[in-house]
Amino acid sequence: MQEAVVEERPEVIAALRRLLPPRALLVDPEDTRPYDCDGLTLIRQRPMAVVLPETEEQVVAILALCQGMSVPVVPRGAGTGLAGSALPLAGGVLLGLAKFNRILAVDPRARTATVQPGVRNLAISEAAAPHGLYYAPDPSSQIACTIGGNVAENSGGVHCLKYGLTLHNVVRVRGYTMAGEPVEFGSLAPDAPGLDLLPLIVGSEGMLAVTMEVTVRLVPRPQAARCIMASFADVGDAGDAVAALIAAGIIPAGLEMMDQAATRLVEPYANAGYDLEAAAVLLCESDGTPEEVEEEIARMSALLRAARATRLQVSTDEAERLRFWAGRKNAFPAAGRAAPAYYCTDGTIPRRHIGQMLRSIQAMEQRFGLACPNVFHAGDGNLHPLVLFDDADPDSVARAEAFGAEILEESVRLGGSITGEHGVGVEKLNQMCSQFDAATLEAFRGVKRAFDPQGLLNPGKVVPSLHRCAEYGRMRVTGGVLPFPELPRF
Amino acid sequence: MDARIDSFIDRIRDASARGATLCIRAGGSKDFYGNPPGGERLDPRPLSGIVAYDPGELVITAQAGTPLAEVEATLAAQGQMLAFEPPHFGDTATLGGCVAAGLAGPRRMSAGTTQGGVRDFVLGATLLDGRGRLLRFGGTVMKNVAGYDVSRALAGSLGFLGLIVALSLKVLPRPRVESTLAFELDEAATLARLNAWAGQPLPLSASGWSRGLLMLRLSGAEAAVKAAQARLGGEVIAAPAATLYWNALREQQLPFFAGEAPLWRIALPSTAVPFATDDPQFIEWGGAQRWLRSMAPAATLRARAAALGGHATLFRGGDRTTGVFTPLAPALHAIHARLKAEFDPAGVFNRGRLVPGL
Repeated sequence: MQEAVVEERPEVIAALRRLLPPRALLVDPEDTRPYDCDGLTLIRQRPMAVVLPETEEQVVAILALCQGMSVPVVPRGAGTGLAGSALPLAGGVLLGLAKFNRILAVDPRARTATVQPGVRNLAISEAAAPHGLYYAPDPSSQIACTIGGNVAENSGGVHCLKYGLTLHNVVRVRGYTMAGEPVEFGSLAPDAPGLDLLPLIVGSEGMLAVTMEVTVRLVPRPQAARCIMASFADVGDAGDAVAALIAAGIIPAGLEMMDQAATRLVEPYANAGYDLEAAAVLLCESDGTPEEVEEEIARMSALLRAARATRLQVSTDEAERLRFWAGRKNAFPAAGRAAPAYYCTDGTIPRRHIGQMLRSIQAMEQRFGLACPNVFHAGDGNLHPLVLFDDADPDSVARAEAFGAEILEESVRLGGSITGEHGVGVEKLNQMCSQFDAATLEAFRGVKRAFDPQGLLNPGKVVPSLHRCAEYGRMRVTGGVLPFPELPRF
Repeated sequence: MDARIDSFIDRIRDASARGATLCIRAGGSKDFYGNPPGGERLDPRPLSGIVAYDPGELVITAQAGTPLAEVEATLAAQGQMLAFEPPHFGDTATLGGCVAAGLAGPRRMSAGTTQGGVRDFVLGATLLDGRGRLLRFGGTVMKNVAGYDVSRALAGSLGFLGLIVALSLKVLPRPRVESTLAFELDEAATLARLNAWAGQPLPLSASGWSRGLLMLRLSGAEAAVKAAQARLGGEVIAAPAATLYWNALREQQLPFFAGEAPLWRIALPSTAVPFATDDPQFIEWGGAQRWLRSMAPAATLRARAAALGGHATLFRGGDRTTGVFTPLAPALHAIHARLKAEFDPAGVFNRGRLVPGL
């Protein structure tokens, strides 16, 4: 991927120097390099400058300066995002918020925590643990990712079906518009007056406002949790079992699926005890009171057997439960060791199409000549196919990107979405043209203008231009493999 | 569907050209709510019918003019429900009106899976905006972060952005077992207990307090409900009486809600101290929703609510002309004005119903 040449504006750098201590402003390419990409490492771009403010006053001053000098600003948390939402802009300032890492308050009585945007996801649960509470959304990057980034991406995790996404667990976001005006979305009381703008802010990928403070809801930690590991001889059977559980009125705390390629990939590293002969393995978790868990495990076991499970194993203690999950949670690192590189995609489909989707992906493996193990948040219909490729081989890179794009197109064809929890960023701009029509894309641009009339806050992400969609329409005619892989496509 | 959509688009363009304003209104069950409605009536009920429902997907898609009762009966036949337990406020309630009003019932502040208001269960929406554009936001799957989530922002929008044409909502299984307990407790003790219980793994699904009597509903697996019942004590209310009570609370048909005195909805952090008033009061949602029958001036109630971290809405009755909702902060008001200008520049839809002047 070719970088754009950085547009140097010495007057902007000079103005930033007047605002910030030297340690809070990085300009030298050596220093800014760690910020050239986020978790989407295929695409890199050097920013004009990186600012790492330490006070809220500095953030406001940076925004005012950039707004006044028409400099785009890209906010960034820990940079673990997988879609390039925090990719710098050549003529822009990267606004790193990681130094805002204080937990401001944990209120056990109100079951809330108020934190700065740079606080790590897991740190909130750790701070709440002494009160028997925790923060429910658990993206797999939770040891590193920040709550500010979670708000930007509406992050999910393996427990969303029962406990919801970031949106369902955040009650209030305080921050600033690009113009530097203070804004507060949501409140500690239900149903703040006016439009409910929190669902626009959460998942806006840093394009509508800069988050300075987040109040999250904490929930009581369940007294007990147990997990069933179920084997299936056919991926279609596993998909049917998922539907059967839900149709029977059960909302498992976690409902994950791995195909055989995935279990064989992770088992050598995780020693989770997966059934490597099974075409697919389901992990079904129940949590709650011990009585409740016992009742639900019994019901789920009966339903899974009726759905042609070939083998069931129920965790007998916490160590075993964690071992079942260890494999699932290590799927990405295992993919990283099995191939020079992997590309994780993130489509969502109606659950009834899980079997069909896996068969489509198998056909694509042949067509693109690349292996693709699959891990799924099956309860949510959210797929994470891991396309294995060689990042030193441009042809392999191009095929991997085309493979990922084709999976997303198939998700849209099956009535789903191009992204369940990773966001659009720059990665899925083309597929936005498939999921949404021109009028709706224009309405998204209207939302952006309403919050940021000058279009300076993280511009160019999430919403493709009409021109780009027209181009993509033509590019798709060539079928599968993208032409001109050397050109920037974001 | 297309011909019906076209005729709505014609109405919108015609109103826009004439500078007229349209008032979206199906059965009028929620005429009392929001700033006073005005303008020419636009009845969405030609857009009626359930479009798709597969219980295994936990999603229902229906046109906005579908009767709410029809949606709920369809779900109940499969053992499922709208988990936000919406009030109907009359036989004519539609799904579109339910979402546009954004009102949730007793189950709103429940534990676990069913926690959440109307917007938490919206997955997608089709909208006809003031420019006559047919827009499709969100989708029909549980997890979808593509584009800004405008569909959820329609919950409680009172027609601000346009006419809702169709909605996809997440639905949930009905609880296997429900049980209602009664406790004799004063206001302060009720607030203390409700907040303490909410911090424990208990299957709470509703609470209602007035005049020294707290009613508490438990929902979930049989084992969980039984264990909680044994632990919490209180007097077990027989199922038929309990159902009557929660339905009457949801529909505001309990004696507290009768009469002409203005009904104020005070939304507070659940832990806020007693609202301190001699006016009759009813507490719901674990302390987060406190209804008041009060003749006190709006400014007094709003100031008190703000001091406690919340806001006050004139919900029913009283003088609506000065604005029923707490006014927006300047930066938020500016965002509302710009959103209105983007979606409905001529001010065709429900002018002033949500935000005075917009």
